[in-house]
Amino acid sequence: MQALIELTATAVPVEGANIDTDRLIPARLMRNPRDAHRSYGPYLFHDQRFNADGSEISDFVLNQPAYRDSKILVSGRNFGCGSSRESAVYALLDYGFRCVIAPSFGDIFYSNCVRNGVAPLRVTEEEATRLRTSLAQAASPVVSVDIRALTITGPDGHVYNADLPPFQQTRLLEGIDEVEATLKISDKIDAFESRYFAAHPWLRDGLTEGGA
Amino acid sequence: MNTLFDKIWESHIVDSDDDDNHLIYLDRVLVHDLSFHVFNHLRAAGRRARNPNMVFSFADHFVPTVDREPDVIRPEMQEMVDLLAKNSAELGIRSFGLSDPDQGILHVVGPEQGITLPGLVIAGADSHTSTHGALGCFAFGAGVTDITHAITTQTLWRPRPGNIRVTVSGKLGFSVTGKDVVLKIIETIGAAGGTGHVIEYAGEAIENMSIEERMTVCNMSIEAGARAGLVSPDDKTIDYVRGRPSAPTGKDWDMAEAHWRSLATDSDASFDREVTLHADDIAPMVTWGTSPEDAVAVTDTVPNPQDEADQNRRAKLERSLDYIGLSAGDRLTDVAIDHVFIGSCTNSRIEDLRAAAAVAKGRTAKVPAMIVPGSVPIQKQAEREGLDRIFTEAGFQWREPGCSMCVAINGDMLEPGIRCASTSNRNFEGRQGKGARTHLMSPAMAAAAAVSGRITDVRELMR
Repeated sequence: MQALIELTATAVPVEGANIDTDRLIPARLMRNPRDAHRSYGPYLFHDQRFNADGSEISDFVLNQPAYRDSKILVSGRNFGCGSSRESAVYALLDYGFRCVIAPSFGDIFYSNCVRNGVAPLRVTEEEATRLRTSLAQAASPVVSVDIRALTITGPDGHVYNADLPPFQQTRLLEGIDEVEATLKISDKIDAFESRYFAAHPWLRDGLTEGGA
Repeated sequence: MNTLFDKIWESHIVDSDDDDNHLIYLDRVLVHDLSFHVFNHLRAAGRRARNPNMVFSFADHFVPTVDREPDVIRPEMQEMVDLLAKNSAELGIRSFGLSDPDQGILHVVGPEQGITLPGLVIAGADSHTSTHGALGCFAFGAGVTDITHAITTQTLWRPRPGNIRVTVSGKLGFSVTGKDVVLKIIETIGAAGGTGHVIEYAGEAIENMSIEERMTVCNMSIEAGARAGLVSPDDKTIDYVRGRPSAPTGKDWDMAEAHWRSLATDSDASFDREVTLHADDIAPMVTWGTSPEDAVAVTDTVPNPQDEADQNRRAKLERSLDYIGLSAGDRLTDVAIDHVFIGSCTNSRIEDLRAAAAVAKGRTAKVPAMIVPGSVPIQKQAEREGLDRIFTEAGFQWREPGCSMCVAINGDMLEPGIRCASTSNRNFEGRQGKGARTHLMSPAMAAAAAVSGRITDVRELMR
């Protein structure tokens, strides 16, 4: 995954609480392969962005000229709730988003964001509302985020503190491949398994003789 | 002094950092026919399964519920089923494919086969993996990257969640089920009420529930935002697991049973938060909006957004009503229904089908209504009991097992504007088809809606 340290970009306010992953990407589109050209971008908010004939729904916020090239999304409480589909993050990422700001997130979506180099930043409900309002009013809806300092600077210059725990912050800043990192401590997993299966012998069939 | 969750978590810690993040050992990893990105990642990185015997795959999301024999199945569905079979064979894992005699929804098949056991940690490539917690294990959904990590290393990094106990005291009334209880809980704590936490369900009403009903409750924990739902193992848990195909036997069983009985939350254990509901306050529930938290008693009316002081919440209610096509003050029992779906990992088990059949018996469906059993063994069991005939005689469609119209990607999909009484778990916009409107309810309530053509208080119908 790509590291993220600082980002200054257009930010789009998406109003609403509980914006679920079915809205981020309808399930019926998930059968399609994601190719090297990051092909999930058109699926983002698909049923709110496009009519049945493929034409754009002009009043959807992402179709408005000021927000088309957004890389930062600001929304309401419980953003990304629902399904575990990582495709929701693929759709955001392939569209160009690297940061999502909201008062709270669905837990699985939150984890999926970090694993793909998309920063999920928490602010208070009041701050999220204030930021969305200032974006809607700004001539140039540009926001700066600093993942090291954990600050968000709004289009009016107001600085917000972003909440991102150290575990997630480190992974975003360093772009860590977590599988590689865990494989390096395989000896700890080996040691755990020795203890664990000795204490829970009825589960030992899970261990494969000779590997697959 | 420990909770069920504490005991499971502590016994699975492989490594820890300084901020209460832990590398957790996984006893089971579950994937399905929509998990192809996982296999692609593994292949691209040249990685194998660390313990293939602990990974299981299930054909459920894409499987048709009619016309699925080799000569008639839709090619695009066959392709997804074949892809899962090929990927599973390559990884060397047990796969419950389309033609498997035990095929079904992963959250139904896992417990049914004894793959799910008390005390385990289970990661699934599906948010409703929370279902398995009904057997007293810690089971949670995860995305593609995490499941790839899980298969490669048999572990996952997780922050330690908080721990909520929801106690439902007293005895549930006539025709009030696990589905109604969990909808009431979600309505009470909200769709984000459990964020960052696991929920243990306890109290007389939960103790009195069958394991299957507890699965319905745990299944929808994710709709309250929780990472998992759990119920402490008791005699019912032990009886449910005993004799399942993959359950331990002989001396292993004796050791396992003793361990499982030690897992229940200690009487002096403390939780980060306690929520208490009384069974008397729970009626058959129905959702009126586009979040599972938008639930009310069937006897109630649609709430008025103008009563909501907070502007964000008011806007959310207005958007929900606009999508669902209802107005403030509408009585739920006046709402006409176009379609009925009884199935999904929430409510497709034998007891669910029995409850629906009791309502359907001797009556006639007024709208298209489909029954989709959760697995082939449940389908066969229902047929042995004659439930299929009760349904077909009442004009319901008796289908083959799969996720079907819960996620609506197997061809079972609704047209825009169609209003569906559904026993599934999500009433999100577009969930059952673009523009389709979903009302969540119990199997008995859905059957009552089918035979009445409108949302109906099943207690009135069955009195």
